[in-house]
Amino acid sequence: MSVPGQWFLALGAVLFSIGALGLLVRRNVLVMFMCVELMLNAANLTFVTFSRMLNDIAGQVLVFFVLVVAAAEVVVGLGLVVAIFRRRPPPAQGLTRSADWTAYPCSMPPI
Amino acid sequence: MSAAVVSAMSMLATATVVDRLVFVVGAMIILGGALGVVISRNPVHAALMLVTTLFGVAVLFVEQQANFLAAVQVIVYAGAIVVLFLFVIMFLGVDRRENLGEEPLPAQRPLAIGLVVLGLAGLLLLGIDAHWAVGARSVAGPAAGQAGGDVAALGRSVFTTYLFPFEATAALLVIAVVGAVVLARRPRPGYGPDEDIEEPEGAGELPGAERQDAELDDEVTR
Amino acid sequence: MLDAAYLMPLLPLAGFLVLALVGRRLGDPVAGWLGTATVAGSFVVACITYVGLLHQAPGAGRSFTQDLFTWIPVGGLQVKAALLVDPLSMTMALFVTGVSTLIHLYSIGYMKGDSDFPKFFLYMNLFVASMLVLVLGDNLLFTFVGWEGVGVCSYWLISFWFGRPTAASAGKKAFLYNRLADVGFLTAIFLIFNSTGTLRYRAVFAHLSAIGPGTRTAICLLLFAAAAGKSAQLPLFPWLADAMEGPTPVSALIHAATMVTAGVYLMCRINPLLGLSHDSQLVVAAIGAATAFVAATIGCAQQDIKKVLAYSTVSQLGYMFLAVGTGAYEAAIFLMVAHAFFKALLFLGAGSVIHGLDGEQDLKRMGNLRRLLPLTFITVVIGWLAIAGIPPLSGFWAKGDVLDNAFARFPFLWGVGLVTAGLTAYYMSRLSALAFWGDDRWRDVLQTRGADHGGHGGHASPDGPAGHEPSPHEAPWVMALPLVVLAALALVGGLLNLPWHPTWAPLRWLGPVFGARLFDAHQSGATQWVLGVVDSAVALAGLAVAMPLWTRRPDHPALEPAVLQRSYYLDDIYDAVIGKPGQALARFSADVIERRVIDGAVNGVGRLARATGGGLRRAQTGFVRQYALGVVLGAVLLLAYMATRAWS
Repeated sequence: MSVPGQWFLALGAVLFSIGALGLLVRRNVLVMFMCVELMLNAANLTFVTFSRMLNDIAGQVLVFFVLVVAAAEVVVGLGLVVAIFRRRPPPAQGLTRSADWTAYPCSMPPI
Repeated sequence: MSAAVVSAMSMLATATVVDRLVFVVGAMIILGGALGVVISRNPVHAALMLVTTLFGVAVLFVEQQANFLAAVQVIVYAGAIVVLFLFVIMFLGVDRRENLGEEPLPAQRPLAIGLVVLGLAGLLLLGIDAHWAVGARSVAGPAAGQAGGDVAALGRSVFTTYLFPFEATAALLVIAVVGAVVLARRPRPGYGPDEDIEEPEGAGELPGAERQDAELDDEVTR
Repeated sequence: MLDAAYLMPLLPLAGFLVLALVGRRLGDPVAGWLGTATVAGSFVVACITYVGLLHQAPGAGRSFTQDLFTWIPVGGLQVKAALLVDPLSMTMALFVTGVSTLIHLYSIGYMKGDSDFPKFFLYMNLFVASMLVLVLGDNLLFTFVGWEGVGVCSYWLISFWFGRPTAASAGKKAFLYNRLADVGFLTAIFLIFNSTGTLRYRAVFAHLSAIGPGTRTAICLLLFAAAAGKSAQLPLFPWLADAMEGPTPVSALIHAATMVTAGVYLMCRINPLLGLSHDSQLVVAAIGAATAFVAATIGCAQQDIKKVLAYSTVSQLGYMFLAVGTGAYEAAIFLMVAHAFFKALLFLGAGSVIHGLDGEQDLKRMGNLRRLLPLTFITVVIGWLAIAGIPPLSGFWAKGDVLDNAFARFPFLWGVGLVTAGLTAYYMSRLSALAFWGDDRWRDVLQTRGADHGGHGGHASPDGPAGHEPSPHEAPWVMALPLVVLAALALVGGLLNLPWHPTWAPLRWLGPVFGARLFDAHQSGATQWVLGVVDSAVALAGLAVAMPLWTRRPDHPALEPAVLQRSYYLDDIYDAVIGKPGQALARFSADVIERRVIDGAVNGVGRLARATGGGLRRAQTGFVRQYALGVVLGAVLLLAYMATRAWS
């Protein structure tokens, strides 16, 4: 393989950072979720790269498991979001803050 | 002329160049999509950008001879998870645009950018040229060169060495499904601590607001 | 017979306990008889032990130790509660218990009617027990227990009528002066233990070579400092005059006969050590002589009958220390015993006068009592002549013994002592003249008193039991008997140690205790005769000067200057130099150190905790995104750490 593994690792690092940045900066809960998915993908990419570099199938096995867990996590997470927004619909103050999850501090339990 | 083209193409078509080209294109797709997720004001746009990124990742999986994983990536991630995201977006009506200029928390943006840049620098430093990771090699078996390709290698590994985690993830999936059903259920009338909210079609005011206004009016006129 | 020695301190101690528990129920006068009985029993035991000791061979054989129990068994320090029965301690024990018995008997009459009657005897019994522990103690620490015990009993008894502010503060003053002196005692104990590793007298004296010369002097001076406090020597004597606030029997017992002699006893007990340090001896003798002189001058100008006697006590104690410093230990003990007799007699007589006059203590308001209080008059005259040093009463022989030895060793101090003897005769004659001769000044006083007699109330007046007759009356038999006994002893006490060493000289048995340290004046009989004549002449001169002066007129302002009346303003000086700065320091400590530093520190800890909590609280904003920021921060730090590990 002629593309050096380090390039893939660098790419994974950059992808992860973008995902982290998005998580910290965005206020819409679903977009924050998507940024989490970005980070997971970065991890997957890194695992596959190492699997190739070290010639070990374990990396790919781990990606397999990460995929499963990510799926489960998204399911439950979105279920939670739905449940929350059932109780307290997002405030309709114009078009400025839709689903601004972070406008409500954790100390106010919504359910 | 065709011979020159063929020879030129054969020169061009060396494995190295093609590989690198594929990598660059894949990288650009990935990064473009990621930036799109982060910058999009509309959550639907963000979801679509996410799909783009996932495709890019799948391409790079194929390039690294992880074909099975690429397929699974597309099917599960792009085909199921993002669809689920879109369902929820549509269901909850949170598809309005977010005002990216506003940031209520003080110093969040500068700190976030600074820390992320630092983290990236650290990751790159450690990941690129570090030979300090030590430990026992895993015994899962080689990735390349197994009979049956990577699918068989993966299958062999999952069903022998990693059988227990496999079963555990199966259980995890069941639990996730059950959890999702429970969470998304509407509470039966009389069970929930609050009164039942029928439609989260959020165009109206908060349910209690009307009553509060009425009470205030009463007080004023008394 | 010697084995019963432990009963000596035990009987009064038992009396104390019984009176503490049921004294109030026993009441007046049964509690008094019980207190007297225990002390009398102790005297009987002392006599038995004395006889038993006499039966032993003279010399080293007359020293018997009775171990009671092991008090402090701690590694290198083994202190037993043990009694040392030897001639010195038995002499002390005998006269302490004897005089105490007489004074207890006297107190039954004197304290009659007082609402705290049982408490008085309780304290007195405890005092006698402590004093016996002091003199019989086998080691320095056990002696110190007795030392402190008598100090605290003195405090309780001086401020017996604690409702009176002057009495309460007098008690405190006595206790503080004693406590200050005790620092010397303790430091000396530390030094002795450090050098010899033991505190028992016999063991310490066997290992004297282990103590360096500088330490020897230091120990002697420190113990003398303790003795100066307890026995009211310069400059620690002001407390004794104030101690006269206590009832007269207390003054007689504690501040004339027993407690104040504890200092002299201590110095005699450590005579092997003292004998090795000539500097200390000079210091002791000089301070003794100086105290004798200074106190005598002050006594010449006092108006309160008890204060005259108090300063007289200080003066006579000065003589005893002069003898100790000279090395004439037997003379010191002789004077101690004789002084116990006549001073106790004088105090009890004064108490009888006060009792008879319904509480009057001012000499200027007495007069011409010799016909109305005949028995008191006769006994007091005997005491007066004894202390003045008129032959052949006990005082002449005892004081003469001291002065003879001083003449041989420190002639200058002998001169001071001689002048003081003249002054002693003078002021005692003044006292007797003012009290028993002259005009009936008391008549005016009692008449005005009788007018407002209703103001006396139920509680006994502080100066004596409430009398009901408006005229001076003689004392009841319980008070008269001790006076008679003491007068007899004062008369014949000289027989204890006559200077020409007849075959019967009881105090000669002290010889082996002092051994070679006893100063031998080597004076010829002629010298002793001459000195004796000089002593008598000086005493008679003092008498002759005072009697005409004071029998005719009670007021001679030129002879009673303020500086003497205020005891050379010592109290005021101490107050200004020590008292006020001490109070200022206390106030500073309370206001600044206590409030700002200590409370500030403690409260500051609380404030610090609250501030820290308040600061840390800000991390809990409630916003998820800020928590996420924290997570990223942690991850960055971890990466930094790993980077340093990777490239180190």
